[in-house]
Amino acid sequence: MSLATLLLLADGRLPSGGHAHSGGLEAQVAAGRVKEISGLDGFLRGKLATGGLVSAAFAAAACADVTRFSELDLGLDARTPSPGLRRASRAQGRALLRAGRAMWTLPAAVGREPHQPVALGALAAAAGLSPVEVAVAAAHGSITGPASAAVRLLGLDPYAVHALLARLAPECDRVAAVAAERSGDPVDELPAAGAPLLDIGAEHHATWEVRLFAS
Amino acid sequence: MRARAHIVAESDGRGGTRLAVLHGESPLLLRRTGRRGDGRPIVHLVGGAAGPLRGDDLRLDIEVGPGAWLEMLSVAASLALPGRPAPASRLTVTATVAAGATLRWLPEPLIAAAGCDHVAITRVAVEAGGSLLWRDDLVCGRHGEEPGDVRADALISYAGTTLYRHELTVGPRAPGWDGAAVLGGGQAVGTLVAAGSDLPAPGIAGPNAAVMPLAGPGILATAVGSDIREVCRALDPLCRSPLIPVPG
Amino acid sequence: MHPDLHEHGPDETPHTHPEPGVDPHAPLHTGARALRVGIGGPVGSGKTALVAALCRALGAELRLAVVTNDIYTTEDADFLLRNGVLPAERIRAVETGCCPHTAIRDDISANLDAVEDLEAALGPLDLVLVESGGDNLTATFSKGLIDQQIFVVDVAGGDKVPRKGGPGVTTADLLVINKTDLAPLVGADLSVMERDAAARRGDLPTVFLSLAEDKAATPVASWIRGLVASRV
Repeated sequence: MSLATLLLLADGRLPSGGHAHSGGLEAQVAAGRVKEISGLDGFLRGKLATGGLVSAAFAAAACADVTRFSELDLGLDARTPSPGLRRASRAQGRALLRAGRAMWTLPAAVGREPHQPVALGALAAAAGLSPVEVAVAAAHGSITGPASAAVRLLGLDPYAVHALLARLAPECDRVAAVAAERSGDPVDELPAAGAPLLDIGAEHHATWEVRLFAS
Repeated sequence: MRARAHIVAESDGRGGTRLAVLHGESPLLLRRTGRRGDGRPIVHLVGGAAGPLRGDDLRLDIEVGPGAWLEMLSVAASLALPGRPAPASRLTVTATVAAGATLRWLPEPLIAAAGCDHVAITRVAVEAGGSLLWRDDLVCGRHGEEPGDVRADALISYAGTTLYRHELTVGPRAPGWDGAAVLGGGQAVGTLVAAGSDLPAPGIAGPNAAVMPLAGPGILATAVGSDIREVCRALDPLCRSPLIPVPG
Repeated sequence: MHPDLHEHGPDETPHTHPEPGVDPHAPLHTGARALRVGIGGPVGSGKTALVAALCRALGAELRLAVVTNDIYTTEDADFLLRNGVLPAERIRAVETGCCPHTAIRDDISANLDAVEDLEAALGPLDLVLVESGGDNLTATFSKGLIDQQIFVVDVAGGDKVPRKGGPGVTTADLLVINKTDLAPLVGADLSVMERDAAARRGDLPTVFLSLAEDKAATPVASWIRGLVASRV
């Protein structure tokens, strides 16, 4: 285990396309559901408990067993009903592989455009990280992306946003621990927590003529 | 309370469907309704007791054989209630839909009353060439009431491949369930999965609704509303196709 | 004797030969793909109009595609489409999440994906123009994304812009001072701009342009032609 390597993987400055995605926040800001810190708090808690848990479990599963990439990828398809979110996840997976290939030697079986958690698991495996470590990175990434988008979209106080992220850190660890514990389960039994408004919002967002974020 | 209900619908060989098995136990009582003789049976779930209550373990198994057609409705919303201290109540619904067969599952909503602890498990397998319309609506609390805990856990496969895998958890134990990622303060949510042929067209089905093409051969329509009427406005029009198999 | 084999003379350094019929060299990095030219500059300086002019001027002679990085997603791409300078399949718009400079400098993955997708869809290209979203004087392109970059400023932004410098003005491979036709109206002194640009940029070229008068952006198109020709 290398903590410094884990920090590299979880760093928002990793050039893997994340800055262009709001994790579904832009649609909910436009719908008027997130206006200030308390709305962001509810959004991030829900996101962490649903998409965050699923991403963490699939990233951990991919990291634990690099022969499972393809079945995990199909499992994420079945858990991502929104075609807009499937596109966003694969675009981020592809971007992550681009960064990962420059940093480590990736297993070829990961393909060209996997879902983001599968790509993350592949990078973690190549970097010698453990399933629970990549689960932490995935859970953390599921909320830091939208938190940073909230600062840009709503002009929220960045200190207040980071105070919120600090409050959520123990929950992030808990979600990652659950995800890692379940990472050896058959694909159908892996976490499948969904978030209806993220799906609906992504489909509305994809029809907008003017948007700031890719998703 | 433990109960099991079982339905087997089979082709009658003359283009219609007969119910080879129609077995229910309170609180899962079944009544055949609809017009006799048109070969398209409709079965209503008739609540035979209050509930589900904590500790209940209920199971409904539906089999629709090759070329058969079945519609399942319920006479009223089901109300998950707290009851005595006991493990979570559980309702497991399984269904198999064979080639050339149709299942329309369009029950009234589940209402999560304050203090309930309920798990709804759905496992549906549709064979290649089968058709499915599967609707599940959830209302979080009675009027003006915070809901109890409900977890809805669904797996729908088509031709042996998982088409749709989804869990939705609401209530005091579910972090962020009423936040803007999940229900955003909406009290009602509905999902409709259609698989096979004659699928509703993808698109925007209302301000808080969407019809989404799944990665496999099916769609999911989801709607969130401040009450169940908003959900019905978005989803009801998508449930009209009778999915009558075209002989071929 | 195999025609490719020969004797080594006594005064020769011993050396080995590659397998006959196999090119021993890695493909030339610059020649294997399209020349990528970044076009940056402040909001309203005329980047999109310059891209449109270059498409008109070069579209017939070069295999050309454009990637836009707009704050509002497809605004610039739509401008190019409306003006009919390139068919839709030759234009890709990249979303930048409120950070156009991040997408061209710090995290270039979406732009690289767009360039790759264009090359995959259209076959080999000679030139890809990557237009940045309107940003400030510090926005420059990553060398991992583009080969050469053009920075566009306009005289209406004030004749002090070249003197202020900044990475765009100072380091761009070509500085374009646009809208010279407006100079008398805004009281800008072009000779001051030329002198300041030369002081900031040393030997790097600067051109003056008025797209209102030169719809083919002649000096910029010539500069690009020279770059493409020098790669072949």
